[in-house]
Amino acid sequence: MADKKIMLGNEAIARGAYEAGVKVSAAYPGTPSTEISENIVKYPEIYAEWSPNEKVAMEVAIGASISGVRAMASMKHVGVNVASDPLYTISYGGVNGGLVLVAADDPGLYSSQNEQDSRAVARAAIVPVLEPSDSQEAKEFTKYAFELSEKYDTPVMVRTTTRLSHSQGPVELLDRVEVSDKTYERNPAKFVMMPVNAKGRHVYVEKRMKQLAEDGCTMPINKVYYGDTSIGFITSGIPYQYVKEVFPEASVLKLGMVHPLPKKLIEEFASKVDKLYIFEELEPVIEEQVLSWGIKAQGKELFTVQGEYSANMLRKALKGEDISVNEYDNVPVRPPILCPGCPHRSVFSVLNKLKIHAAGDIGCYTLGAVAPLNVIDTTVCMGASISTLHGMEKAKGKEYIKNWVAVIGDSTFMHTGINSLMNMVYNQGTGTVIILDNSTTGMTGHQDHAATGKTLQGETVPAINIFKLCQSLGIKNVVEVNAFDLEALEKIVKEEVARDEVSVIITKSPCVLLKGNVFPNVCKPISEKCKKCGMCLKPGCPALTKQEDGTIAIDTTMCNGCGLCKSLCKFDAIEICEK
Amino acid sequence: METKNIMIVGVGGQGTLLTSRILGGITVDAGYDVKLSEVHGMAQRGGSVVTFVRYGDTVAEPIVEEGQADVLIAFERLEAMRYAHFLKPNGVIVVNDWRIDPITVVTGVAKYPDNIIDELKKSHTVYSINAMEEAGKLGNVKAFNVIVLGLAARHMDFPEEAWLKVIENTVPPKTVEINQKAFLLGYKNDKE
Repeated sequence: MADKKIMLGNEAIARGAYEAGVKVSAAYPGTPSTEISENIVKYPEIYAEWSPNEKVAMEVAIGASISGVRAMASMKHVGVNVASDPLYTISYGGVNGGLVLVAADDPGLYSSQNEQDSRAVARAAIVPVLEPSDSQEAKEFTKYAFELSEKYDTPVMVRTTTRLSHSQGPVELLDRVEVSDKTYERNPAKFVMMPVNAKGRHVYVEKRMKQLAEDGCTMPINKVYYGDTSIGFITSGIPYQYVKEVFPEASVLKLGMVHPLPKKLIEEFASKVDKLYIFEELEPVIEEQVLSWGIKAQGKELFTVQGEYSANMLRKALKGEDISVNEYDNVPVRPPILCPGCPHRSVFSVLNKLKIHAAGDIGCYTLGAVAPLNVIDTTVCMGASISTLHGMEKAKGKEYIKNWVAVIGDSTFMHTGINSLMNMVYNQGTGTVIILDNSTTGMTGHQDHAATGKTLQGETVPAINIFKLCQSLGIKNVVEVNAFDLEALEKIVKEEVARDEVSVIITKSPCVLLKGNVFPNVCKPISEKCKKCGMCLKPGCPALTKQEDGTIAIDTTMCNGCGLCKSLCKFDAIEICEK
Repeated sequence: METKNIMIVGVGGQGTLLTSRILGGITVDAGYDVKLSEVHGMAQRGGSVVTFVRYGDTVAEPIVEEGQADVLIAFERLEAMRYAHFLKPNGVIVVNDWRIDPITVVTGVAKYPDNIIDELKKSHTVYSINAMEEAGKLGNVKAFNVIVLGLAARHMDFPEEAWLKVIENTVPPKTVEINQKAFLLGYKNDKE
């Protein structure tokens, strides 16, 4: 019997890539996709890298595929937008070695800026999509995706969701199959997508999808269970588990390939059940197609396009069960916050004091948008801080942005922020950009990038110097400052926003959660000296609490001794001590 | 066997993932089908986090829903209160008697409820322990969640030896001894 191991969905996808003989993997971290690469790196047979962004990762995988090996790129759903340029065109070109894109959607918005559905992107890009429903399938479908990719000469998307990626379940482990490299032969008609060649390939793409839709009717991953035929479900992925939980007897067409749809199979299934439901999270991708064929079914009129589904939702909607339970009243909400000792809090406390607005970006520092810091005014997508600030200036003039800055993390800056900064220089903006350099990709769990000097494997490599990189763009005002040096920071911010030129302020201090970071100190209040003014509480450090008598207490198990509260105290009522 | 539903709740950063890994390990060792569902990403930054563990003959749904949990393991009092409605009528709460103020309380927008544990006891079976203090006495505050797990383990279906074995296989070698001690400290504590 094969070995069984309990694995995260993402870990199982990595295992699938390993067993499928994948040789190259590229990715940019993003919840809920990050653990795929973090597990792939455990297999030395696979070359794996963090690329600076998803477009680059996709293109690295494409290059590897063209050269003849099996290759994979993985990313979160919004990363697929960044990678969509190469994706839409390699759909035409097809593959040499198998090429798989793992797209991790986030229904319920656990850690994302939107709730988009990657299946819709894949339809537009004319790429087949497989959707597993548990860890075991995550592994199997990943392997199968490579077979399909090579058989049908197409990139294949494996779509996962947060619930699948971050759920663990047993997985049977098999050996890696070494797939011999495909021969590379120059083939411009296939891989040089200029108009004349692309025209020909578009014809092929349509033929390929038709064939896939037909073959999908007998594909082993599209499964039909006939049970009670008075009720039937078409479903896939995690929603399938909810159907199984609530209606174990019902007839189910479980789609493993959700694009293109096996029309004949669906028509046959629909004809055999009395009442047909389509149960899919997010957009009505399956439903709209099925309805367009004249099949009667219910989907989004009963089930929402928003958020995650659940078994209780199904019980309520179709069985009319009342599942109301009594929650306790007055339980204060606990939103995520910046950690104790986070350097972002220090920078934001200065911006807050100076009443400066910030065009924000994607990272932990998005949390600077909420009370008590209230600094970030906008968050759109990776790299957008610098360009949106530039747009504001061009719309309203340079005086308008004298109390504005763009804030962006080091990893996000390397991702796409650098392009926006080039634009600011080129088009003669005068904005001030603060690069919050905490030496890591923080929010996703501390991945390295081109400016940290470490690879995905942890090997030391030359780090790209952000300071010099900014200077090399011709920016005269590039300043580096310790994120916790409040006095210097305040002075620099005032000077730079006043300037009629582009400025970059790099605030340096490593993320407190970064491995190897040691905090020998803690902050301690001296209650006799405390004047109860509340200044130290202003930045919202969770280690500090106001006591009944108005003085403060500091939780020493949480405090990292960053000293921000001490710096803010005008009465020397906080001291730093050894732990 | 009917599927057993466990929830582990706490504050992001408290280390719920280690506890769920131990639980996952023991269910697989015992030959059950199991699904665990975790929270990664933004919520881990000091937010309210929840992990679901379901084990039995075959498990479909990866999450535990309202009114279904057999055991609610809470690493913080307020979080026990937040998720108490997920319990079955005869479900058990195991709670670390510890307070971490949410930012809404720190900034004075909301008030941290008084007497949470007494309040919970009015309608639930509650086992509580100040695991931070106990772990401190053992010499490593970080072992607190294994103490809480030990207390909760009395309400699950595995023998003491199996727990000690899975701890040995899950935690870093250097911390096996303290984690096993921490586990037993919770496991042997039977006062409600």
